[in-house]
Amino acid sequence: MHILTCVKQTPASDSIKVDPETGCLVRSGVESAMNPFDEFALEEAVRTKEKLPGSTVSSLTMGPPQAEAVLREAVARGSDNCFQLTDRALAGSDTWATSYALAQAIKYISKTQGEIKLVLCGKQTNDSDTGHIGPQISSWLGWPNAAFVRKIEAVTEDSIRVERLMEDGFDVVEIPLPAVISVIKEINNPRIASLKGRLAAKKAKITPLTASEIGCIPEKTGMKGSPTSVVRTYTPDLKTNSVRIEGATPAEQAKNMIGELKTRQLI
Amino acid sequence: MRTDETTKKDYKGIWIYAEVMHGKLVSTAYELLFGARKLAQDLPTEISAVLMGSDVAKYADELIARGADKVYIIEDPALENFVDDIYTKALADLIRTHKPDKMIIPASTIGRSLAAKVAIEVETGLTADATDIVIHKETGLMHATRPTFGGNLMATIVCKNHRPEMVSLRPLTYPKAERTEGRKGEKIRFSFDSAKYTSKAVFREFVKELSDDIDIGSAEVIVAGGRGLGGGESFKLLKDLAQTMGGAVGASRAAVDAGWITFRHQIGLTGKTVKPKLYIAAGISGQVQHMAGINSSDIIVAINKDPEAPIMKQADYAITGDLFEVIPALIEEYNKHRKS
Repeated sequence: MHILTCVKQTPASDSIKVDPETGCLVRSGVESAMNPFDEFALEEAVRTKEKLPGSTVSSLTMGPPQAEAVLREAVARGSDNCFQLTDRALAGSDTWATSYALAQAIKYISKTQGEIKLVLCGKQTNDSDTGHIGPQISSWLGWPNAAFVRKIEAVTEDSIRVERLMEDGFDVVEIPLPAVISVIKEINNPRIASLKGRLAAKKAKITPLTASEIGCIPEKTGMKGSPTSVVRTYTPDLKTNSVRIEGATPAEQAKNMIGELKTRQLI
Repeated sequence: MRTDETTKKDYKGIWIYAEVMHGKLVSTAYELLFGARKLAQDLPTEISAVLMGSDVAKYADELIARGADKVYIIEDPALENFVDDIYTKALADLIRTHKPDKMIIPASTIGRSLAAKVAIEVETGLTADATDIVIHKETGLMHATRPTFGGNLMATIVCKNHRPEMVSLRPLTYPKAERTEGRKGEKIRFSFDSAKYTSKAVFREFVKELSDDIDIGSAEVIVAGGRGLGGGESFKLLKDLAQTMGGAVGASRAAVDAGWITFRHQIGLTGKTVKPKLYIAAGISGQVQHMAGINSSDIIVAINKDPEAPIMKQADYAITGDLFEVIPALIEEYNKHRKS
């Protein structure tokens, strides 16, 4: 089975910094990494490949030239093929236009490299945090989907049965393939890259893709094709002046704390 | 749909999605009605609620009492449980037919996928997981603000030329709209086209996991524990405080990865982002990944042995001490307060 994962290069969570003056991200000295949620999607793709002999895992990213690093990381962690969608025409895409471009790329890869039956995405990225891309790709492709998947109960060449984490329990949904599944952290514990994987990553061939090559219509692409736009960014007022609750004993501290909460009408 | 100055006028009113999950109306519906009423004052305009499910018309009166002027009802056995495609197709058709100007959906498990798919289906823009919406005075557009980069940056987003403008809104952003007895509203049934609203996906079963627990996503009080708890059995103490205060139990990634508590309780970057009125963190150091999940809480209380732990500076209140002594004292003191 041909399985595809969507991966994104994002700032490493530890190194995200915002300039409080300008409200812009500090770009210099920021380490990039694979979006943490994509690690779970990729690991699940590799596990699915191990269950279904003869499978192939492809990884797709959309981003600037330096996003190549995230594809090499994907190879190190078990991906077989890599596709990098890089095109200035895609700059400024919101989730509507991004999911469109990714869906076009998936159709193109499916046609040229063998039919894709399963697309796995992380539930969201750690930079824009929308969670739109998985469900939206499925809409563009006209495939069924499930989001917030915490377990693949069973998978065959033709169908997949998943557990979707709900606020009050979980749903079991059975979906014939092809389908798009977005996964959460609970689904697995990703393995670290092996030495063999690291060597393969160095040598990996990355197939470049452009917007026109995959048939993106300019009206649906990039900033021009995006229905939403950002009008303002700013840094939130992060709490810095915490109040120390005094008290010689835990009982005194508790009395003072509950008193504060009462004063602020929180209880 | 992409609109111009003429076709924009065809789109009217604010809609809220009144989520029904596993047969029950979710209280986010009342929060969204409160938010919609606040926005409607600046427009002014009509508020409608959308109900979808197998047996949901019974909730319409309650939605009207809490502020809906109209309730659109799509009822069919095929909607008994959430199947993304079926819900998307039905809601998209309702939108195409009745043309709302603005649509607000809860940023829940169901809402996040449904809103995303409907936005593609009806060709419009969606702002995800907003924590604030205001109406721009000149344009009348929704300016939806949302945390990005793990809460480090706030972004205000608009949808200028497509309708409806769509926003998914984080639970607990607004209080619940109050009831007004005798309030009048209109109920409009929309027929379910069973030939068209289909999916290849099949819903098999729902397995309930929470019994007396409250979900952290909708809890106004959360008591969370981390590495400092030292073991899974210590969560019993947190649960005691949470139950005393009518709240839910949360956990840091460290506590979940150690196997002390299940993933659904995890708060932070790879877990859930929460917005309670009161967040009590016990034995949590306050890594950036954890803070990303809690920094839109109203009030944060940190209990830690180490006065230099990062969370002690970022909390509103810091209690230096042994959580195994402080929490029982808090339970006792809270009970005294309740009796007084």
